Amino acid sequence: MTDRVLSWIDERLGLTSIYNIVFDRKVPKVNWWFTLGSATLFLFLIQTITGIFLTVYYVPSPDHAYDSIQYIMNGVAFGWLIRGIHHWGASLMVLSVFIHMLRTFYMGAYKFPREMTWLTGVVLLLATIGMGFTGYLLPWNQRAYWATTVGTEIAGTAPLIGGFIERILRGGSDLSAVTLARFFSVHIWFFPATIALLIGIHLYLVIRMGISSVPKDGD
Amino acid sequence: MTNSNDVQRRDFVKIVLAFLGTIMGAVIGIPAISYLLSPATKVQSKEAWIPAGPMENYPIGTPTLFSYTRSTINGWEKTTNSFGAYIVRSNATDVKVFSNMCTHLSCRVNWKNELSEYICPCHDAHFDVEGKVTAGPPPAPLYAYETKVEEGVLYVHHVEG
Repeated sequence: MTDRVLSWIDERLGLTSIYNIVFDRKVPKVNWWFTLGSATLFLFLIQTITGIFLTVYYVPSPDHAYDSIQYIMNGVAFGWLIRGIHHWGASLMVLSVFIHMLRTFYMGAYKFPREMTWLTGVVLLLATIGMGFTGYLLPWNQRAYWATTVGTEIAGTAPLIGGFIERILRGGSDLSAVTLARFFSVHIWFFPATIALLIGIHLYLVIRMGISSVPKDGD
Repeated sequence: MTNSNDVQRRDFVKIVLAFLGTIMGAVIGIPAISYLLSPATKVQSKEAWIPAGPMENYPIGTPTLFSYTRSTINGWEKTTNSFGAYIVRSNATDVKVFSNMCTHLSCRVNWKNELSEYICPCHDAHFDVEGKVTAGPPPAPLYAYETKVEEGVLYVHHVEG
C-alpha cells in the first residue's frame, strides 16, 4: 500500500529522478576537504532553524533587546541551548565557509568551467561575514555596541563617500534604535534571502558541472 | 539458511535505525517544543499577604490609607501597579481593611473626616465607614480585604482580578 502511494506521488513529482541527479551523481575520488560545502549548508540550515526560534522571544529594541536575551537564557526552557547553538554555529559557519574557499582556491577548482560557482561563492562568503557583523550587534551589550561603533566607523574612513556609508549603516549619525532595527532586519531577511538564493544557484552549478577531482602532480 | 540470516540482518538494521531515529528525534524535538511552550507553563500567583506594619501604627476610629505596590513580570517586561487600602480599627483588636477602589468605575475613593464617609470624586458616590453605599451609583459596597494579625503585625490579603 505504502509503495503504491509512494509510486503514485513519484510518478507525478519525479522525486526519484531528482534524488538520482542530486545524490547519485558521479563524483571523482575525493577526500574530506570536499565535505566542507555540505558542512556549510548544514550549518546554514541549523542557523536558520535556531534563528527562527530565537525571534519568538527576541525584541530588536534598545529597551528590550538585552532583557529579552536574558529571558531567553534564563527564563525559557532550552533557550540557552538554542541561543548557544546559534552563537557557536555562527562562528563555525564563517570558519567552514572560509576553509571551503581555501580548498577551492588551492585545488584550482574555481577554473573553467566553474567560474560562476566561484563568483556566487564569493558573494556567499561576503554575505556570511555580513551575517556575522549584523548579528553581533543584536545582544545589545557593551561589546556589541562598541564593536558596531568601531565597525561602522571603519566604513566611515573611506574617502569621499565614507561618511555617507557610515550614516547608511547606522541609519543616522549615531548608533541608535534605528541601527539596531535595521541590523536586525538585514540579519533576518536581506542576508538570509540572498544566501538562500545564491546557495540554490551554487548547488545547481555544482550538480550541472560536477566537481573537480583532486589535482595530480603536474596538473 | 543464508537467506533467513540476510532477512534477520535487515530487520536488525531497521530496528537499530528506528531506535536511533527516535532518540535523535527526541533530542531535537523535546527542546524545540519545550522552548515554544515554556511561557505557558508558568502561572504567576495573583494573591499575596501584604504586611501593613504594626497595628499600633493605625489610629482607632479613623480610616487610614495604606498604599502598596505589586509587580508582575512577563518575560522581559516588569509592570508595577499601585494599590490603596483603608485600614479601620474599631477597637484595640478589631480591624477592617477596605479597598479604596470605587465599585462603580474603579476611581479611588477618599476618606472625609468631616462627613465620616468615603467620597468618590468621579460620580460623587458616598460610602459609610463600614464601606456600604450611602449615595451615588456604585452597585456594591467597598471590597473588604481578608486580614490577619501575626506577632502584632497586620497582614492584608491581596487578591487580583
